[in-house]
Amino acid sequence: MAKAKIFKGNKEARLRLRGVAEYVYSQLKEQEIPHLEVSSRTKNNIVLSRDHKVWKYGKDKVTRSAKDLGGATSILRSLYTIDFIDEMIRAGKSSTLREMYYISEGWNRGKFPSQDESNRLAEDLEIITKCMREDFKLRPEEDGARVIGDLTIEETNRKGDRKKINCKDDVGDSGYGIPYNVEAEKLKFKSVNADMIIAIETGGMFDRLAENGFDESHRAILVHLKGQPARSTRRFIKRLHQHSKLPVVIFTDGDPWSYRIFASVAYGAIKTAHISEYLSTPEAIYLGITPSDIINYELPSDKLTDQDVNALKSELSDPRFSSDRWRSEIKLQLKIRKKSEQQALAKYGLDYVTDTYLPEKLAELNIV
Amino acid sequence: MAVPYAQKMAESQKEISISDFFSKNRQILGFDNPSKALLVSVKEAVDNSLDACEEAGILPSIHVKLEKVDNKDRYIMTVRDNGPGIVKKQIPHVFGRLLYGSRFHSIRQSRGQQGIGISSVVLYSQLTTGKAAVITSRIGEEYPCYRIEVHINTKTNRPQIESSEVILWDQPHGTEIIVELEGRYQKNKKQSVFEYLRSTAIVNPHVEITFQEPDGGISTFRRVVEVLPQPAKESKPHPHGIEVGILKNMLKYTEARKMTSFLTNEFTRVSPRGAREILEKANIPEKKVPKYLSLEDTQTLFDVIQSMKFMSPPTDCLSPIGDLLIRKGLRKEIDSKFAYTVTRDPSVFRGTPFQIEAGIVYGGDLPQGEPVKVLRYANRVPLLYQQGGCAITHAIERINWRPYGLEQRGGKGIPVGPAVILVHIASTNVPFTSESKEAVADVDEILDEVGRALMDCGRRMRSHINKKKKLKKVSEKYDIIKEILPDIARKSASILGRDEPPLDPIITKIMNVHVFDSGIVFREKGEGESREKVTEVTIKYQNYTQKERTFRVHVKIPNALIQGIYPEKYTLKKNIIEWEIGPVAPARSQRMGFSVLGLDKDDYDEVEIYYSKLPGEVIGADPL
Repeated sequence: MAKAKIFKGNKEARLRLRGVAEYVYSQLKEQEIPHLEVSSRTKNNIVLSRDHKVWKYGKDKVTRSAKDLGGATSILRSLYTIDFIDEMIRAGKSSTLREMYYISEGWNRGKFPSQDESNRLAEDLEIITKCMREDFKLRPEEDGARVIGDLTIEETNRKGDRKKINCKDDVGDSGYGIPYNVEAEKLKFKSVNADMIIAIETGGMFDRLAENGFDESHRAILVHLKGQPARSTRRFIKRLHQHSKLPVVIFTDGDPWSYRIFASVAYGAIKTAHISEYLSTPEAIYLGITPSDIINYELPSDKLTDQDVNALKSELSDPRFSSDRWRSEIKLQLKIRKKSEQQALAKYGLDYVTDTYLPEKLAELNIV
Repeated sequence: MAVPYAQKMAESQKEISISDFFSKNRQILGFDNPSKALLVSVKEAVDNSLDACEEAGILPSIHVKLEKVDNKDRYIMTVRDNGPGIVKKQIPHVFGRLLYGSRFHSIRQSRGQQGIGISSVVLYSQLTTGKAAVITSRIGEEYPCYRIEVHINTKTNRPQIESSEVILWDQPHGTEIIVELEGRYQKNKKQSVFEYLRSTAIVNPHVEITFQEPDGGISTFRRVVEVLPQPAKESKPHPHGIEVGILKNMLKYTEARKMTSFLTNEFTRVSPRGAREILEKANIPEKKVPKYLSLEDTQTLFDVIQSMKFMSPPTDCLSPIGDLLIRKGLRKEIDSKFAYTVTRDPSVFRGTPFQIEAGIVYGGDLPQGEPVKVLRYANRVPLLYQQGGCAITHAIERINWRPYGLEQRGGKGIPVGPAVILVHIASTNVPFTSESKEAVADVDEILDEVGRALMDCGRRMRSHINKKKKLKKVSEKYDIIKEILPDIARKSASILGRDEPPLDPIITKIMNVHVFDSGIVFREKGEGESREKVTEVTIKYQNYTQKERTFRVHVKIPNALIQGIYPEKYTLKKNIIEWEIGPVAPARSQRMGFSVLGLDKDDYDEVEIYYSKLPGEVIGADPL
């Protein structure tokens, strides 16, 4: 597959959005029913790209045609959104997706019925224009999560001043907050003094590692994923990895949903497969909790629910989990019918995770 | 010598009076708990009033009042009708004696069948409060009005008159009963007095009921039909409708002196030839005196009768409500978009005639996602209890409703959706599962007939739902061409700073459909004698395709006087108007219409439109 180009910058975005309006207008002129084509965003239309080792959309397209109500509404929404973005870029402003949802009150039949719809439309426009949402000046409600470690970045703050921040010395207990835009014009990596990047699913475990000083004792940069990670968090990890070439390990709960968190960091997610090569870090390695950990460390566990079992089964047919290691772990879990949380390690005391579990696992994965 | 034990026993063996028996077994008649007792009491009184009014040819106006007695779980129930009244001598017997009534011996469809109803209410009241029933009745303007207080002597099953007086009454004729009884009033329940009265009003659109609730609120169930139902004729039993015990009694009490005349006179559908054939097969002399027939011969006679074929019993002893009247009743009490009703031809089970009527209403404000409401009736009386044990329910559950547009888990059970299903069974002898007459027994013939009636309704509901879906699609397309597309043009032009392009050709491309729309307006012209009822029907055809069209439209017309058919190019065939329409250019429309004289409001409520020679998708009409 040819390398998909992504166009960067507000100016380019503006130009390409106007192109969409131009396309609709010319169809009307030609007395054709207006329609737009978008890659189908379903599991069936996802392929693993060999170039990038990440998820990409396949050849399936869906046509949004003014022939039916849904299609007509979506075209109208696109036009209102394009006009709105155009104006924002000219005025040098930005807005949240939620704000756009409220602004759409005045868009007649183009009004968004829910915020999900405004998110979906922004993604549609990304795919059609091959630009990034960030360049449309649209940002998500929640920004990225937190970082702690000996990493110095330079962020251009809202006054336009460049500010150097060391994520170990210049931050409080909650660490450095990742902004929604982590592109080079906003954020630069100045120096990295570490041996690895550890991305952690839960806030509780992130705080445990910080409190136990794991970042200093093991020279690690800790990144909080906050559940299913935001785009900016994934982009941050990707950029940090590209800049530093440090190994990235993912530390989550031991259940099928957490494996999906890992997969979205490493390979990309269905919804954002059009920009996978910008967001995904295929070099990332899954650390745990693995089903074998549940057995080897005799972790307290819960029984798998029916949904858990179904999710595991569908992962068995998911190419992202086709490696021998993943397949045997998933099969093992289906056999033992158990799942454990990260914090189940506290069974052996608060320091066990930093003194024993992580060092053992990191050694096993050949990282230390 | 010792007294034989049997003699000792005989001292304590005595007849138990029916009243006594009832007082110990009240649940048999439906007085199981206070809330049901109150409902059953109202029901018995109202059923009685309705039967009396209809028998006398009077349009029933019934007033029901419930008042709470302070600090007690007691209510004073008043039910007053405008019926024929009851002669003074009979009042105590009608209300103060169980199993006393005029209908017990006849074979005819009526609400009450055993005459146990109203006196059981009096007895229940007496048992729970000790109060006498107060009966007021007057048989005509020229006659005095009596007010009588009655108790029932439970040992003798005889009435006991506590007082009797002549009073002034503002009604020329009618009957009123007042009883105080233990009960509980529940308003918003499936089984409530209110629901019972409403259900009654649905299948009795000729009845007017006012209901004053304990909190003082008054509801009126309007009369929408000024005609009484056709009175059911009395009929003799059908040879297949009896049991051997009944045959024995008939033989004993008949006035016929010969077996031949016994068979032809006491039964329906037995001809002299048939009678001779029966007797020959049973080896009984034709001239044998019926009352001397031996027990063995009676059994043989019975067996022969069962083995032979007879014409089905006459069905004029049934009084169906009529599909139109049920529809009117449903329409007035339930707000919905679609109502279809069907009256099946009479049918027979075990020599007993019966007739099934069914109706479905759909849409409107009816709740989505809940099991449909089932209204069950036997001889115009709503059945409120034991829904699960009733043949009507079982027939509904056996049907796969999903093809008809209702949800149903696993294709079985009560369907789910915004609908109400009504089933009425009319019969000279409804086979109930128990004496409290709350559920119809599973008789195959009944199950099958109910099934057929409902599937007929189901098919109509499906075509209604399909039409609705298509119309929704069209209304969505209207949204597109009238609002969204112009906005798309405006917005894209303004972003680019250019002129708005013309949209007409795209509009016909998007629609690409023929649309028929119809409207019905009812109005009354003129005053008094020259008052005329006019139903005006209009049909609009719109050509949303890219070609000019010439075609035919066929519209089914009701059986009534038709006037003012337009446009002129039409032919009238039996019950169909056939128009030659066209040419109609793209994006153009054509109107058609006619007026119907003499029909009542809602008599004609859905225009059936058919077309021929029209290619492509058509909405609002079916191909001929």
